[in-house]
Amino acid sequence: MDATPHRAPRPLGLLAELTHRCPLGCPYCSNPLALEGRTDELDTATWARVFSEAAALGVLQVHLSGGEPGARRDLPEITKAAHDAGLYTNLITSAVGITNETLGKLSEAGLDHVQISIQDSEAGSADHIAGYKGAYSRKAALAAEVVRLAIPLTLNAVMHRANIDHVESMVALALKLGAKRVEIAHVQYYGWALKNRAQLMPTREQVERAVAAVDRLREKHQGQIVIDAVVPDYYARFPKACVGGWGRRSLNVTPSGKVLPCHAAESIPELTFWNVREHSLADIWDNSPAFMAFRGTEWMQEPCRSCPKQKEDFGGCRCQAFALTGDARATDPVCHLSPRHALVAELAEVRADLEYDYRR
Amino acid sequence: MIAADARPKLPRGVRLTHNEAQGGWVLLAPERVFKADAIAAEIVKRCTGEATVGEIVDDLAKTFNAPRERIETDVTAMLTGLLDKRLNEV
Repeated sequence: MDATPHRAPRPLGLLAELTHRCPLGCPYCSNPLALEGRTDELDTATWARVFSEAAALGVLQVHLSGGEPGARRDLPEITKAAHDAGLYTNLITSAVGITNETLGKLSEAGLDHVQISIQDSEAGSADHIAGYKGAYSRKAALAAEVVRLAIPLTLNAVMHRANIDHVESMVALALKLGAKRVEIAHVQYYGWALKNRAQLMPTREQVERAVAAVDRLREKHQGQIVIDAVVPDYYARFPKACVGGWGRRSLNVTPSGKVLPCHAAESIPELTFWNVREHSLADIWDNSPAFMAFRGTEWMQEPCRSCPKQKEDFGGCRCQAFALTGDARATDPVCHLSPRHALVAELAEVRADLEYDYRR
Repeated sequence: MIAADARPKLPRGVRLTHNEAQGGWVLLAPERVFKADAIAAEIVKRCTGEATVGEIVDDLAKTFNAPRERIETDVTAMLTGLLDKRLNEV
């Protein structure tokens, strides 16, 4: 795919965190614990420039996310700018804050796809997890409008101890709402989710039942709906190829313009991030210290350094390695070859039915 | 298996696009990117909802001066695969 071997690979996807503002308080939010404020947010014109630079760099898809992207009044203009840059536009929303009128404008602006998060298959529990009364009913209403406008819809169901036994009813809900795709996404423990890990962690038995349910439902609904599943890696033997490899396939722009290799990268204190206000996206991708830090395999230690799978999983997740071992260059301890692997099983056993520490 | 008289088209949310930096044609779908080689791109470009599979095969056989039978096998296999992945509709 890349004819010039010394050049960095080209990214495919850009996660545009348009704002960190969000009415919901999901305890597993992927935003950092230190949320960026409204006054620091990039303006419409800067986002438009970022999208043009992204397309020239090779980016094909932009995920308009947040926080809740609907909190930005200029969301239709931002969407149009991404579309005009030639990017495939995907709106990632909680549905709270996107009115039917706004959705109409987004559709006209060229929106290609909508992803709505759901917290559970039943209103009471869903609103409790979101920390927002009425969220569930708004999601169902927006989903209906997305389908009416013939925009393809994905439902993103984030799974954890309180709802992991509802895989079947989540998929049934996705079918009922007219989604063409559903993500059964087990919580990944970074940021807010790490803070709430004891409240969110499922048991091994729950995870095994959920994996079996997904297999069964895929067979049952083949041709009706695509079911994608993200496995909870605390119960895995091999680590995930996090973001498809550091600085290899995707990048993330924060509301204030910092460019990160993944949404959790700021949790690694040694990294220095460049900002789109000061550098072009191509310069940041090719040369910024944060992207150079773990690109390729040179940074690896044993057992990754001599591992035949190093180009499949890239040593797993750098943020997780740092969070669990204190060393961002360590093998992701999810890997059974990691000398710290036993720690992961120990942490998965720590469960407490306390109130969530909501993202605020 | 897709029928010869079906009229395939890309559903909303699926787009064929050319990106220099990525080195050619790509088929874009929700959360998915598929590299399309030159032949795949020629097939997908003809999925307009107007031409039937049979007409697409005729057109490709003529344009590339290739045996119709082989083209038909390739086109049918590819479009059936795209239908299964919801990257095409009839």
